[in-house]
Amino acid sequence: MRAIPVLCLLLASVASHAETPQQIGQSYAAEAAARQAGFAPSAKRGETLFRQRFAHNDKMPACTSCHTDSPLNAGQHAVTGKAIRPLAVAANGERFADLAKVEKWFGRNCKEVVGRACTPGEKADFIAFMSEVR
Amino acid sequence: MKRIALTLLLGVALPALADRLPLPTDTPASYAAECGSCHLAYPPALLAAGDWRRIMSSLDDHFGTDAAVDAQKRQEISTFLEHHAGNAGKLGSAGDPPRISATARFVRKHREVPTKLWHDPRVKSAANCEACHRGAADGNYSEHDITIRELKR
Repeated sequence: MRAIPVLCLLLASVASHAETPQQIGQSYAAEAAARQAGFAPSAKRGETLFRQRFAHNDKMPACTSCHTDSPLNAGQHAVTGKAIRPLAVAANGERFADLAKVEKWFGRNCKEVVGRACTPGEKADFIAFMSEVR
Repeated sequence: MKRIALTLLLGVALPALADRLPLPTDTPASYAAECGSCHLAYPPALLAAGDWRRIMSSLDDHFGTDAAVDAQKRQEISTFLEHHAGNAGKLGSAGDPPRISATARFVRKHREVPTKLWHDPRVKSAANCEACHRGAADGNYSEHDITIRELKR
């Protein structure tokens, strides 16, 4: 009986590293569609979100403050100066491959830069843009 | 004669050792993942245990950023940091909130750095060790391995 929870944990941990940007994007899109019938992810809306100046945080008013104007470029943390690897999947194959990690960073960065939690639809759009941008 | 040679050797070796601050071998993966993604995974010896405790108990407002981690990771990282923390007496007060760059040791070690260089776009912040110490991620803080030309000796 004790083996079952352990097995579940093991499966969950294996699964958390075996995701693709498509799978993660689809799960956000499904969540968005449940709230808004007919939702389909849009890379164009994702790009708009990426470039939007929210002016919530004067040190990092937009995603581009740290991630630069092109997600294909390496970025730099606006406060600490720490190097940040590119966000675009084409430039960094490790992006959007672990749902827990993706949720953690949407959670932190949306709160800090946008000033609120991002919606599942925004997350699906963002991942669509990051998956397509070349 | 032997003793003199040994003393001389120690005199040469000790300052060099002080510039070597590699991460301990038991560093948990969560430390690099949670702390090291926004700034260098700082060597735990650069702050005293009490200061690390204060940092770890206020992660939801970590220098203006919400850097909160789950309870299990917080415990794991706190234990590690406090276990390898530096000597409070030698480091000097880190202020409130505690900052590595406010300790007397840090200030003394960086007294030759002109103020304007701290604000140089290549440096940005005293949090950015790697801007000058190119080998910082590997624990190398030797003053002979500085990337900024104006500071090179």
